[in-house]
Parts: sequence; structure tokens; C-alpha cells
Amino acid sequence: MKTSGFRIFFMTGAWMVLAFLLLPILVVIPVSLTDTSYIGLPKEGLSLQHYAAYFQDPRWMAATWTSIWIGVVVAVCATVLGTAFAIGCWFLSDRASTVARWILITPILVPPVVQSLGFYRFWVTLGLIDTNTGVILAHTLLALPYVSISVFAALANLDRRIPQAARSLGASVWQTVRAVVLPAAMPGMVTGGIFAFIVSFDEIVGVLFITVRNVSTLPKKIWEGIQEDIDPTIASVATMLVILTLIVTAITIWRGRASA
Amino acid sequence: MPRLPDRLRYWFLVLPALAIMIVFYIWPLLGIWQISFTEPEAGVANYTRMFDSSAVTTSFIITFRIAIQTTIGCLILGYIVAYVISNFARRAKPLMIALVLLPFWVSVLIRSFSWIVLLGRSGIVNDSLIGAGLIDSPLRLMHNEFGVVLAMIHVMLPFAVLPMMANMRGISGAYVDAARGLGASEFTAFRKVYFPQTMPGVMSGALLVFVLSLGFYITPALLGGGRVLMISEYITYQIQEFLNWGLGSALSVALLVATAIVILIAARFVNLRSALLERGS
Repeated sequence: MKTSGFRIFFMTGAWMVLAFLLLPILVVIPVSLTDTSYIGLPKEGLSLQHYAAYFQDPRWMAATWTSIWIGVVVAVCATVLGTAFAIGCWFLSDRASTVARWILITPILVPPVVQSLGFYRFWVTLGLIDTNTGVILAHTLLALPYVSISVFAALANLDRRIPQAARSLGASVWQTVRAVVLPAAMPGMVTGGIFAFIVSFDEIVGVLFITVRNVSTLPKKIWEGIQEDIDPTIASVATMLVILTLIVTAITIWRGRASA
Repeated sequence: MPRLPDRLRYWFLVLPALAIMIVFYIWPLLGIWQISFTEPEAGVANYTRMFDSSAVTTSFIITFRIAIQTTIGCLILGYIVAYVISNFARRAKPLMIALVLLPFWVSVLIRSFSWIVLLGRSGIVNDSLIGAGLIDSPLRLMHNEFGVVLAMIHVMLPFAVLPMMANMRGISGAYVDAARGLGASEFTAFRKVYFPQTMPGVMSGALLVFVLSLGFYITPALLGGGRVLMISEYITYQIQEFLNWGLGSALSVALLVATAIVILIAARFVNLRSALLERGS
């Protein structure tokens, strides 16, 4: 293949942009290994002290567990509600169901601060401020759009005549949903569930508004850490999360390749 | 078999999620509108205050300026990546896609933290430049618009690349081949034949980045250092520092309306259905 200037320009540009995307994220790795007590590159040697600080601090541990279990609960709630919603809309496929789908994706478009204000005022009247239930409810709402979009996308591949055939052969609506529609929706449910977990695990603005002291999630702890004094423990937390993301991304791409 | 009960059953599937969304999300949002007209006293005082205040005007101008800069930056950088992934990359394609997706999955909070580590007064960039003897005193790289826009572009870039890639996937190479066969240079074929076909992807990328940037909070709050007050942070200030719910709500309404106007204008150019409802597959 002959290489033109045009092609070289674009190829170089693309790799530079990709480096711009990747390198700033990786900077947390050397910083997390610093032997100093402030943020910076290692001076004399490498040290794992900031990882030890993370694992020995009960507040960091508690915040991490809170984020994980709330994320799992949110993923389950959002996947159940969102899947039922998407399947119902798929069957209906009329104007009303399209309006319903638009309503369900509003959290993607509404600015985080605005929706958090809404949560705050309403949660006060419900007595849900600073409770796990309050956070789970808010996060489920924020995660619903992602589940409904991915389940609906999965159902786009399902031929409408198949559930019709099941129905005409005598299956009830519920049997049809269980035996025909749910298996087709499964890939979307998995994607949506993972999305829902990440939405909850990452969410910060809502948590800042609707929690005070009782509930602390990992993002809230990181946020407070950055605001107050930037200590390198944050870098070690960030490094672990980045490496986790790296592994998951690699698996996703690898699986996508294997199935393609 | 009767027709009606079936539809009713389907609505039973739809209703739980829809009801929860309306009661716990849409209703509280409408509550914000109400507060903006009732606190501290009934009337439109909050809105007249909003239009009179030069601080508010400045904040709105900053917000739009940063959103525009971020969108333009993301479109240019994102287009190059999307184009190469869709057309040139062969073996490198999965790696390139991974490099776009990875930052997408890494928390915005962590990415903002990384930029603070890089751009701070005694951050890695300043330290290295001083160490190399290139500068004597640290440059101000954050707590200004430069830092905010740079980090915002980093955060938003995947949102621009993904719709553009989805669009380019559907473009047939035959037209460019035909143009080349008829004697057009590679650049001319790109400019006159390929580029116009990518406009839908560019527009939906622009819509997504611009709308998300307008209401963005985390990155500007962390990298702006209180000096680059985008409207979201301004709202938070009004409410958390001054307990000024009326003005904060009025500003929220203004931000919501601005967002809605952008989406409605975009609807003339972008197929919103495919940009939003059928996204993420």
C-alpha cells in the first residue's frame, strides 16, 4: 500500500490524539508510588505507603464497600425496571410508548446540578436525605435510561414475527416474554446492568447534594480529598480503578473480537 | 383472543419504570420551577435579579464560551480519530478503539484529578519545565479557562468520537473509490465526497458534547478553582453558600431552557431519535 502525505497526516494525528486521551490518565500510576507525603513524582525511590494508607483507613474502606453494594443494588433495580419497560415499549411500538421512551432518557440530558437540586428538595420531604435508600433511588433513576436504551437496542434484532408465532401457537404473553423475548434481550440486559453499576459507582453530584455524614461513597471521599488537601492516597485509589478499567476494557475488546 | 388485554399487559411492563421516573424525577424537576417563582416571595423577582446581575451574565457567557471551545476541540480531534479508525487502521483498529473507550470508562473525577496533578502550580508539567530549565517560575495552567477547556476536551472526546464512528461505519467506500478513479486526489475525494457524508455523525457528536458541556460541573469546579464559574457551579454556590434557593432555582430553569433550546435547534440538523434513543448499541 502506498503511503500518501494525506494518510500520514491523519495517522500521526490520530495517534497523537489517542496519546492525549491515554497519557494523562496513566500519570496517576507513578504519583501513587511516590515516597513523599505530597502529590508528585517519586523522589528517592518507590513506595507502597499510599496503598497501605488506603487499605488501613476504615473510612476509605467503608466508602468503597458502600459504593460497591449500592452499585449492585442499583444495577439489579435498574435492570429489572428498565428491561420490563423496554420489552413493554417494544411490544407496544406506538406513539405513547415512544413518548414514554423519551421521558425515560431525560436524565441523560438534564444537567447534574439541576436534577440534584430536584432530588434534594423532594428527598427532604420524603425523609430520604443522607440515607442509603435515598442514594439507591436517585441512582436507579439516573441508570434507567442506559438500561432501557441497551435493552431496546438488543430487541431491535428480534424479528416481530417470532413472538407472534409463539402467541398463535398458544403461548400466553408471559410465556412469550420468558421464552422468546427475554433471551433476545439478554445481551442488552447485561450491558445495561454493567452501565447501571458504573453510573452509580461514579456518580458524585447527586451524592454531594443528598448525603451529609451518614452515607459516604468512594467518589464523595475522592471529591473531599481533592477539595481539602490533595494527598497521594487518592492517586493510589485512582491507580487501582484505572487498572481495573484497563482490564475490563481489554476483556471487552478481546471478547468483541472473538465473537466478530 | 381479545386484543385489549394484551396491550394492557404490555403497559403493566412499562408502567413501573415510567411511574417511578415521573414521580421521583420529573415531579422534583417541576418543583424547581415552582421554587423559582415562590422563594423568597411569590413573583418573578428571581428572574429580574438574574437578568440584572452582571455576575450571572458573566457566568452564562463563560459557560457558553467553554462549551463552544470544548465542542470545536472535540470535533476536530475526534474526527481525526474516528476517520482513521474507520478507514486506515487495519490491525491497530481494536487497540485504537480500546484507547477511545478506556477514558470513557474511567471516572470523570479521576480524570480531573489527573489534570490537577499535571497542571497544578507544582504539578508535573511545571516541575518538569522548571527542572529542564525552560522556565523560572511556574506557569498558571489551571484555575483558568485554559485548564478547564483542556480537561473538558479530554472528558468529552469519546462522546464526539463514538457517534462519528457509528456514522462512518455506514458510509460506503465506493463513492470515494469512484472519485479517485475519475482522477480526484485523495484530499479532494475526502473533502468533496467523504466529508459531506459524515455531517450527520459530526452534528450528533456536536450536539452531545455541547449539551453535556453546558451543564457540566465536576471538571470546571475542580480545575476552575472558583475562578472560572460555569453556571452549574454558580448555582451550587448560590444554594450551598448563600442558601439562595430562589435564585439558584431560577438559574437552573434558565440552564434547562438553554439546554432544551440547543436540543430543539439541533433537531433541525440531527436525527434525535437515532442520536439519543437508539444510542449505545
